[in-house]
Amino acid sequence: MSELLQFLLSGVTVGAVYALVALGFTIIYNASDVVNFAQGEFVMLGGMITVFTYAAGAPLPLAALVAIVATAALGVAMNKLAIEPARGAPVVSLVIITIGVSIFIRGAAQLVFDKQIHSFPAFSGDDPLRILGATILPQSLWVIGGALAVFVGLWLFFTRTLLGRAVLATSNNRLAAQLVGINTPFVMTLSFALSAGIGALAGVLVTPITMTSYDVGLAFALKGFAAAMLGGMGNPKGALVGGFLLGVLEGLTAGYLSSQYKDAAAFIVILGVLFFLPQGLFGRKSTDRV
Amino acid sequence: MKTFLTTTALIALAMPAMAEIKLGASISATGPAAFLGDPELKTLEMLVEDLNAKGGINGEEVTLIAYDDNGDPNKARTFATRLVEDDEVVAIIGGTTTGTTMSILAVAEDAEIPFISLAGAIDIIDPVKPYTFKTPHTDRMACQKIFEDMQKAGITKIGMISGTDGFGASMQAQCKTVAPDYAIEIVADETYDPKDADMTAQLTKIKGTEGVQAILNPGFGQGPSIVTRNYKQLAIELPFYQSHGVASDGFIELAGTEAAEGVRLPGTALLVAGLLAADDPQKPVVDAYKAMFEEKTGTPVGTFGGYAHDAFLIMTDAITRAGSAEPAAIRDAIEATSGLAGTTGVYTFTPEDHLGLDLTAFRMLEIQGGKWTLVQ
Repeated sequence: MSELLQFLLSGVTVGAVYALVALGFTIIYNASDVVNFAQGEFVMLGGMITVFTYAAGAPLPLAALVAIVATAALGVAMNKLAIEPARGAPVVSLVIITIGVSIFIRGAAQLVFDKQIHSFPAFSGDDPLRILGATILPQSLWVIGGALAVFVGLWLFFTRTLLGRAVLATSNNRLAAQLVGINTPFVMTLSFALSAGIGALAGVLVTPITMTSYDVGLAFALKGFAAAMLGGMGNPKGALVGGFLLGVLEGLTAGYLSSQYKDAAAFIVILGVLFFLPQGLFGRKSTDRV
Repeated sequence: MKTFLTTTALIALAMPAMAEIKLGASISATGPAAFLGDPELKTLEMLVEDLNAKGGINGEEVTLIAYDDNGDPNKARTFATRLVEDDEVVAIIGGTTTGTTMSILAVAEDAEIPFISLAGAIDIIDPVKPYTFKTPHTDRMACQKIFEDMQKAGITKIGMISGTDGFGASMQAQCKTVAPDYAIEIVADETYDPKDADMTAQLTKIKGTEGVQAILNPGFGQGPSIVTRNYKQLAIELPFYQSHGVASDGFIELAGTEAAEGVRLPGTALLVAGLLAADDPQKPVVDAYKAMFEEKTGTPVGTFGGYAHDAFLIMTDAITRAGSAEPAAIRDAIEATSGLAGTTGVYTFTPEDHLGLDLTAFRMLEIQGGKWTLVQ
């Protein structure tokens, strides 16, 4: 029994990381249908900037704030310098541009920071919490809490605020959105800032668990992308559920089957789900009017 | 023709009595293996400068022609060819990774130029190739050292949790091969991806396997630090062994002093320079390299820079003894190296052994109170 619980807690810890990264994909995707593959680099930057600001003597909360704001600014710069100039390009070209940006950020980070692995102290210490014989680190609770908070924030943003609806409208039909008075370039800028900020927040929360270095972004982006696809791209609920589901699947496979197959098992389930539900578990049905 | 003769005569006049010795290097100073290659290149540049300041080898100045192969075997091959054909070097040091080493090896063997590799895999020198040598110990030796220590403690059944990266996978395979020699049975064999965030599931499974007396974690990078933290999180009481892949102060820092307490691993003398006995044959060379590197770069010495140090030491020692900078003479002199103390171990090459190290090159270390200590 305590074994099962430990596998589940391990899965939830990993899943919360995936969910946080997956949530970051949501906003840009909703605003422009672009899957931003530089999202993992935002997570990396969140961690790395915090590490270096903290090492320079700033208190941890301030360092985290600096990291989130700086990464959000970088997100805006990415939109202005790389995405906006190619505005007329098809979505596939934009996705490829984001891959290019991610390679650029990784290379720059290697020069600006260094090539070592870093970490900073967990927010609430390293003493594990015991639940019925299984254990979980307090930092995992921070990550889970962070994922839930971001989810609620996004859900409120998209359903309850005018700005959030403007983002969705821009994604639906940019021209129509412009005609009803939505400032679409501003919506794009905002969505990049928010996505980058959420990515950086994820980096700040997960670094005490996963550690960070200039090249962790790609792995985060791939797993986060898988989680987002599983849950349904663009839906915050999908990102959350997809992330946790993927993590728990990996934990259970590692525990009961073999750790050799844990990634394979997770991807087989994803393939299975996408086969029957191409939009993911909670994806919106896309209907084209002809 | 006349100008040619005059030019040659002029050059001959301008040159000192002895020509310069050209050493080639292809190192992965950037790219994915940069954390290995970066200290290696810095070490070579520093040592060449120091050697020339002291008058070179037998009065000849040494020139280092170094290329950065980015960890890419294709580039390494191109650079090795350039070193041999255009730069006309007498010997090559390099091959930060096993992949780049294999590329350089082919070129060096073809051109009959002595080559000292800085990479780990046993395949580099097994079977023996006439012109290829290497300085790092193999992962098989690390397994043997660990199993020797386990055997002393009466451990016969162990669990393994290995990284799926090249380093972890190779060492996992080597450990499985040599385990029966030490009467050790691997009763649990789990793996993790190097970028995984949590390994408690694997550790819980190993912990629950009947008869496990110790756990071994072959791995590299952040993975082993996370495994070590999870080990403490699950309060596993069994003896815990790490590999030489994380033999650096950075590991203790990342895993945390508390979690790393009691972890054992095989490391080189370089890591415990201050703890070596006064009569240890490696003490003078380890102390000298540590002091020089740390003063020059301001960063702590690591095992990998040490590999480059030893390759350069073996090379210069051989050229000095050969009294000539002919590739064939250097090769013969390298093979005749005997009892040469480097930072990694004491090297004795033979025609059958181009690694030249035995298990004494590894020291069994234990982390206590955030510091490395020697296990007697």
